[in-house]
Amino acid sequence: MWDIVFMYLKAFLVGGAICTLAQVLINTTKMTSGRILVTFMLLGAVLQAFGVYELLINFAGAGATVPISGFGYLLAEGAINGAKNGLFSAITGGLKAASAGITAAVVFSFIMALIFKPKSKIN
Amino acid sequence: MKAKTKDYNEEYLNLVKRLAPRTNEPRSLFNAFIVGGFICIIGQFIRYFLMYVFGIYGDELAGATSMVLIFIGCLLTGLGVYDKIGHYAGGGSIVPITGFANSVCSPAMEFKSEGYVYGLAAKMFVVAGPIIVYGISASVATGVVYYFINLLSA
Amino acid sequence: MGKSTIFFKNKPRIISTYTIAGPKEAQANVGKFIHETLIDDRFGEDTFEKAECKMLSSCIQKAIKNSGKSLNEIDALISGDLLNQIISASFAARDYDFSYIGVYNACSTIVESMSLAGALVDGGYMKNVVVATGSHFATAERQYRYPLELGSTRPPQSQWTVTGAGAALVSTDGIFPKILSATFGKVIDFGVTDANNMGAAMAPSACETLVTLFNETKTSPSDYDLILTGDLGALGTRLLKILIEKRGYTIDNHVDCGEIVYNIKEEEYQGGSGAGCSAVVFNSYIYDKLLKGEIKKMIFMATGALLSTVSTQQGESIPGISHAVVIES
Repeated sequence: MWDIVFMYLKAFLVGGAICTLAQVLINTTKMTSGRILVTFMLLGAVLQAFGVYELLINFAGAGATVPISGFGYLLAEGAINGAKNGLFSAITGGLKAASAGITAAVVFSFIMALIFKPKSKIN
Repeated sequence: MKAKTKDYNEEYLNLVKRLAPRTNEPRSLFNAFIVGGFICIIGQFIRYFLMYVFGIYGDELAGATSMVLIFIGCLLTGLGVYDKIGHYAGGGSIVPITGFANSVCSPAMEFKSEGYVYGLAAKMFVVAGPIIVYGISASVATGVVYYFINLLSA
Repeated sequence: MGKSTIFFKNKPRIISTYTIAGPKEAQANVGKFIHETLIDDRFGEDTFEKAECKMLSSCIQKAIKNSGKSLNEIDALISGDLLNQIISASFAARDYDFSYIGVYNACSTIVESMSLAGALVDGGYMKNVVVATGSHFATAERQYRYPLELGSTRPPQSQWTVTGAGAALVSTDGIFPKILSATFGKVIDFGVTDANNMGAAMAPSACETLVTLFNETKTSPSDYDLILTGDLGALGTRLLKILIEKRGYTIDNHVDCGEIVYNIKEEEYQGGSGAGCSAVVFNSYIYDKLLKGEIKKMIFMATGALLSTVSTQQGESIPGISHAVVIES
């Protein structure tokens, strides 16, 4: 029981910390959201290329997988696992591992765009 | 009168820099921390829920969790709520995978008025496209490097 | 140096105006002076672009109607907006059977149009010329920034594009506020590259045009009851005051449309902007004061930032332009 509560706490702290880091970048460099997303995705991929990011995931669970850096981790991790089975799966492994996220993003966005129109904004 | 050269003015640019209002740093950081952390708690809850209720484990669990979160992100975008969260939370709602969903879904909705092919579909990745491009490139680079490392060490 | 100011001898007059604005503007400071406020900023259309076009078109129609003139008496429409290839203005002109002159100078288009209309009417080439400009928050966001639903933060130096349109009819009849002179500005670029900080990009050109106006009309700031600028916003206004003080003028009677159009809360940051901003404020609130004689003589100077998304992406700096007219009640 307590380890579940503790897991939530770790997820909150680590996830929050990654987002705060992003906010620091936004405040200091005026980076736009596209650049922030790319930067953090690459950060996750590079850390995993050195085998570091999975340690963070083992520690914080969703705190490390939910931020976009977790997506970068999946891409790198898939490629590393694929590399064990030859050059072809080294190339395709990353996208295979990340396919759930990309598929979901495309399909759900398509459905939502069919249903909804952008709302007018007053603030 | 001779054509004038570019009248860039360093003094003026410094003045602008000095007078420009700054973001409220501590509050924006706090908001980003709280909202970002909260989204991760939801992610953790979904993980446990899928694990204990549906018995999903391993890689499948990670994929399923992000699918649920992406669905939530897209739904909130469609309902016109996510941008409000974004104004409040900044990095706290951009960086989680829901922010990725938002950056795919919002252009799709926005450009639907330009047609289903060249609008909705073609412009779906105007914001998130770079993530796919650099993500896949980085992944292939990593895979190839590991392949040769494996070859050499074998 | 060349000459920038033209003096009108036959005193072209602004004989009627009409303004339409969105729900956000309606709740703000100038809301109760705006002729028609929308509850829905789609204006019953299916896209925001069509709504912007419809706002312009109905502004033109109602400004003419308010003047008591018939559509046959109108010689030309001078109009512009912020969208690529000024589609809103051109598509609005489709609804009318008189000549259309499309112009673009970003947010300073209203004064540019007014100056040109003044020249046409003053020269006796035309009798009745309608000027109109408009902008829409949703269409400007899509073109210059991000999709509406994207959850990004607005930097604190940014401005909010006004949803609204304003039209004025320039003619010779009656006793109405008259345009005395027009000063066409130069393009000034001090090297500001931040597309979110348009006030800073426009302030140098505003300063330049004001100084030119004072020199060429041989007047000083105290000769005017009001110096009204377009959409410099709060930061741009501060910068203009600093810049113009260095040139030896103090402008205490200065008001900025962008600064007064919203009740400045945190969400709007620096205030309003857009081709509709000065058009809405001048043609409603300020025109009202001119008619009542509460303002005797004023400068109306609209400022524009001549950027495009392409130039911004390629790292170009943002040139500014300002045009001014002197108006007497």
